[in-house]
Amino acid sequence: MSGAGVLFDAPGPRARRLSAILSWISGVVLLGLVAWGIMILNAPRESGGITLPGMFDPSRWEILADPEFWSFVIFTGVWNTLRAAIVAAVLAIALGVVLALLRSSPIGWIRIPTAIVIEFFRGMPVLLMMLFILLVAGTGQYWAVVAALAIYNGALIGEALRAGLASLPRGQREAALSVGMRPLQSKMLVEFPQAFRQMLPIIVAQLVVLLKDTSLGYIVGYQELLRVTLNNLGSFYGNRYLFTLWCVAFVLYLIMNLSLSWFARWLAKRGDRRFRPGKATPALDASQAILVTDATAEARGGETPR
Amino acid sequence: MDVVIENLPLYLEGFGVTLLLLLVGGLGALVIGTVVAAMRISPIATLRGIATVYTEVVRNTPLTLVVLFAVVIVPLLGPRIPFILSGFIALAVYTSPFVAEALRSGINGVAIGQAEAARSLGFGFAQTVTLIVFPQAFRMTIPPLINVFIALTKNTSVVGGVGFVAELFGVGRTLANANGNAVIAILIGVAIFYLIVTVPLGFLATQLERKWVVQR
Repeated sequence: MSGAGVLFDAPGPRARRLSAILSWISGVVLLGLVAWGIMILNAPRESGGITLPGMFDPSRWEILADPEFWSFVIFTGVWNTLRAAIVAAVLAIALGVVLALLRSSPIGWIRIPTAIVIEFFRGMPVLLMMLFILLVAGTGQYWAVVAALAIYNGALIGEALRAGLASLPRGQREAALSVGMRPLQSKMLVEFPQAFRQMLPIIVAQLVVLLKDTSLGYIVGYQELLRVTLNNLGSFYGNRYLFTLWCVAFVLYLIMNLSLSWFARWLAKRGDRRFRPGKATPALDASQAILVTDATAEARGGETPR
Repeated sequence: MDVVIENLPLYLEGFGVTLLLLLVGGLGALVIGTVVAAMRISPIATLRGIATVYTEVVRNTPLTLVVLFAVVIVPLLGPRIPFILSGFIALAVYTSPFVAEALRSGINGVAIGQAEAARSLGFGFAQTVTLIVFPQAFRMTIPPLINVFIALTKNTSVVGGVGFVAELFGVGRTLANANGNAVIAILIGVAIFYLIVTVPLGFLATQLERKWVVQR
């Protein structure tokens, strides 16, 4: 239904005028709402007999001119966030590959316990896992954040790759076996590379989630971007700068996440069409993609998804 | 193990708060998400633009940041609202773009030929939408929506972690701090409560997807 134009007749001059007028009205309403929000933020406030300046008062933003502020935000906050995200991403992909291979093993003793472990880790909050690793393994905050993110996203990526393996046409495996490859060779040399390529956009989309989830490190006390801005700098410069610091963290997160999201989308668009017959818009949410891939594979009567 | 059984009432209380966050936050997300999805397919260009920017921005903001805004920044502006209410609002806002995307992908998933066929039979806009497109779009949105709610269930833990709300995660953290010798049992107990919600929902989504994929 990408072309909504099918639903109604082509608008005539009157309908076009109406929609242009409505467009202007909603634009004005939006501007009004934004102005109202700015007024609320900008209103000076009474607090215990003292009048505090509004949120956009220059005295609340002067810390942005401090070069030391930026060097601390970038080299400690952003760097710690990226450091945790990169290491966790590498470990998650490695773990995902291993789990996918174990999960699609023909031996029940390997396959079924792996499935249970994956379901267990997919079903609980990352935050709980971070707390668990922090308190039980006593590894320190950095490794608690990295390990929890790696395990959770590894389980998801493993499940996605497993679905990708199951959705391959059966002929791929049959051809590999009939030219004399052993089952393991067929899996590693023929099936797995195709599954990985098919699922790559979903894996990258999941990495965006991973990057966002590093902010949970705030709760377990890891010095990432949020903790550096809101807590460390918040107590260094004082509470009056909290709003400013929140805005700085917000903008930095948007820059990082949007660039990675756009990369994921570009990858999905660029991806080879032959891997997605009839699917115009691939689902970029990992859990949903797993569902769809499995169900499609089953409906097509290929290898039963395991 | 004993600690878990002794504190079962506390667990159940936390579980209740988690379910409350899930229900109220989920309902709020459904309402906002439906409005955003409707704006995104509307013929009015400004509304489409607003909805697109909203979806992109909120989707790329970490939940912790949203919850911190509701819990730390909003009280600075004056209104003293209870933490649980901030939690509801933060979860609803954070989840709404995911709901909107699920709804939109459902409508986009209906083959264009269906609408063309309906139009060529002489159906008007209302008939085409209510009789042909919606019934098919509806089943395509249910599994993605269930997935959104599974994610929301797990996300309620962030409200407990930041927002001083005693839901499952908050209860688990308090108990773990109080009983240092039984941390493993306590936290696995918390995990099981989350799994009680997420695993059956995931199973349901798989079944529905399998049932409906054939009919597409």
